[in-house]
Amino acid sequence: MNDIATPWMDATDRRLVVATQAGLPLGPEPYTAVARAVGIAPEEVIRRLRRMLDAGVIRRIGAVPNHYAIGFRANGMSVWDVDDARVDDLGVRVGALRFVSHCYLRPRMPPVWRYNLFAMVHGRDREETAGKIEAIAAMLGDACRAHEVLYSKRILKKTGVRLHAGDA
Amino acid sequence: MDEFDSAIVNCLQSGFPLVERPFAVVAAELGFAEEDLIARVRKLLEEGVLTRFGPMYQVERMGGAFSLAAMRVPPEDFDRVAATVNALPEVAHNYQREHEYNMWFVLATERPEGIARAIDRIERETGLPVLNFPKLREYFVELQLPVSAA
Repeated sequence: MNDIATPWMDATDRRLVVATQAGLPLGPEPYTAVARAVGIAPEEVIRRLRRMLDAGVIRRIGAVPNHYAIGFRANGMSVWDVDDARVDDLGVRVGALRFVSHCYLRPRMPPVWRYNLFAMVHGRDREETAGKIEAIAAMLGDACRAHEVLYSKRILKKTGVRLHAGDA
Repeated sequence: MDEFDSAIVNCLQSGFPLVERPFAVVAAELGFAEEDLIARVRKLLEEGVLTRFGPMYQVERMGGAFSLAAMRVPPEDFDRVAATVNALPEVAHNYQREHEYNMWFVLATERPEGIARAIDRIERETGLPVLNFPKLREYFVELQLPVSAA
């Protein structure tokens, strides 16, 4: 099978991904429960997950909160038209701001889309988020020609990534 | 949500130990009993305060791809298009946003060519064009929001 391109990942790793991607079992020994499901020893589950964490295949093991449920109601995707020659330096600085959770360079799509820098900003209300947007605008200064904030109105889907179980 | 729930959400955002009894380790840090922590995590998931709990996989590091895509959907057609888009397993998240481009979703596929295939299919099934914004560079990603008791 192996259709995972990372060379050291094998069919067992893939089964482990499929078994855990929707979440860990909620019991005192979650990795032991996963081990039973995958058909390997508990220590091997821990060893393989550790290896994937160290390699960055797993970003982290933990919980993802619903922003709205924990009081962050003004979640904005801010988009910025930043001078291409300066966007790398500035992008790193914007990404380092405490209130920016994701920061990416993406392609412009002229004539319908002029923005190349995307930064997610979270606040308890619009006023708080707007203040954070102002701080980014000040940091970008004259390297930025225009920006907009696309507030999220509704979560339509949030399942995370899913590999198909079929060819595991 | 009370102060214990907040402490749990904050603690679990920063990481969950890779040991035989991880809940016992976290519970000891927080001053809880292991079974109480498990019960509270279950409740937070059921209530939707937590949307996920487990390993966060990076599909790109497994040879796959991520992309952000956007559509301009007529308001009267929004629910139909949302249902069509959400039906694809490649769609990991989908948000309605206040903008002319009012639907923004993340595609995650096991192979880079899967992104174009998913976009073709969405365009075919919805009859609407999709803008594809693959990431060219990542400056920082860390989603850990401080929580206080509500």
